[in-house]
Amino acid sequence: MFTVSRQIDETPSIKTIRFKEGLAATPGQFVMVWVPGVDEFPMSVSYSADGLGITYQVLGDGTKALASKVQGDRIGTRGPYGKGFAIHGKRLLVVAGGAGMAPLAPFVEEAVTHKASVDLVIGARTSSNILFESRGIQAGAKVHISTDDGTKGFKGLAVELAESVLAGGKFDSIYACGPEKMLLGLLRIAESRRLPMQASLERIMKCGIGICDSCAIDGKHVCTDGPVFSERDLRAFGELAKTKLDMCGRKVPV
Amino acid sequence: MAHLSVDLCGLRMKNPTMLASGVLDETGRSMLEVAKAGAGALVTKSIGKEPRPGHGNPSIVELQCGLINAMGLPNPGMEIYTAEVKEAKKGGVPVIGSVFGGTEDEIAELAGLMSRAGADAVELNLSCPHAKGYGAELGSTPELVESICRKAKRLASVPLLAKLTPNTSSISSLAAAAERGGADAVVAINTLKAMAISPEARMPILANKFGGLSGPAIKSIGVRCVYEIFESVKIPIVGVGGISSGRDALEYVMAGATAVQIGTAVWTEGLEVFSKTSREIMQFMEENGYESVKDMVGVAHPGRN
Repeated sequence: MFTVSRQIDETPSIKTIRFKEGLAATPGQFVMVWVPGVDEFPMSVSYSADGLGITYQVLGDGTKALASKVQGDRIGTRGPYGKGFAIHGKRLLVVAGGAGMAPLAPFVEEAVTHKASVDLVIGARTSSNILFESRGIQAGAKVHISTDDGTKGFKGLAVELAESVLAGGKFDSIYACGPEKMLLGLLRIAESRRLPMQASLERIMKCGIGICDSCAIDGKHVCTDGPVFSERDLRAFGELAKTKLDMCGRKVPV
Repeated sequence: MAHLSVDLCGLRMKNPTMLASGVLDETGRSMLEVAKAGAGALVTKSIGKEPRPGHGNPSIVELQCGLINAMGLPNPGMEIYTAEVKEAKKGGVPVIGSVFGGTEDEIAELAGLMSRAGADAVELNLSCPHAKGYGAELGSTPELVESICRKAKRLASVPLLAKLTPNTSSISSLAAAAERGGADAVVAINTLKAMAISPEARMPILANKFGGLSGPAIKSIGVRCVYEIFESVKIPIVGVGGISSGRDALEYVMAGATAVQIGTAVWTEGLEVFSKTSREIMQFMEENGYESVKDMVGVAHPGRN
């Protein structure tokens, strides 16, 4: 089990929990987080080697229980699992919607370390919800902000801002994590510009190791084939932004 | 020419490997991928009458020697699942529909519904060790196994397989009961009831506390069970438990299994495990002068080799 070192408030609804122990993970990979007696759920890794970090939205019982943990408490982890982001080219556009910035922040840091130039679009509903803007700036990315209500940066959707950033320069590939509507919009743009794209998806996940089929999307599995998929898979996903499986395995709207 | 095809109570399989119930089989699309990877047949998730979310997480514990799971029979319910059976059938290999229920009549009704949904055979889950009121709780006494099989046989228009629990003092009496009830084959074994505890958390890891142990840890128990069953029934046996190679499969076959199921090894080996197992069986047959898998069934018994 991992030992909690501290909790950090990132936005009014998003926290980061850091652990004493580090974990060798590729940006985009996830861990199964066990809060004893409460639940176990998949979470993207937002910090890895220098003390595991998980950045999470406080939503259900599991994340509420996670938020109540303090220094010295123990949390179970399995992983890291799944396929992360791979650097493709030298000029990258990274688009994060809401909490989707959690797995992208370590990717931006890694890409810059590998001498890539990164334009980072962070979209949020309102200015107080913007996640890891300073991390992006510190890493050396050119950061562009969009908010739905115009309280900071471009007023409108992250996809719209991403499109204008793409129009203003040359890019080798697109990286994204966020609402599936946003991912679908970006996929169309990537197709029209013939750019490769990688996006991280989320589904209900029970085993995390490619056995139980609960995270299936069109015959692929978010836990082992993903969570990061390339444009070839994304294009083939008829279920993207349309349906997902519920706890019983019924297809329900995303 | 040596060949891998087997006939399992009328089901024609291109090789003796099939996907075990519960693994990558909640959706038809996933089962198609397993068929594409080389499985000779597919067994579906265990399906009940109503949608069921299963147990909460943690629902799986990873061990060095296998897995303990307590998924708790999650499934979308028979009505919705019919579409998944139809999708899975596009894979071109037999699809065996697994069903579970809380009463004899419910299980029998589901067997009927599953065969009408297009399944090529029905597997009765009489052996899940971690769902209260289902599975092994009904499948542990020969009398109930016999009468469930008899009722299900009446309503199912396709071959009927009874999947048995090893959590009993005599699995061969359960097999004999299934045969008396009219089952066309028995499947052995389901998982063994098990538990894992986290010393740091001072509690069982699984949300359900108990689960079912699968994987290499149970292979030798499965082989022993199939060996015992072979001596007490005439109907074919499907061997399952810890198979991840041709040699594992051959142990089951020589103990008496006509075909084998693979589940947990998908975790360690990926979907390639089906073609790999087939290839290794074939290699053994060529090296040892066997023409057909059926020529090896039960040869480990005295007087049969």
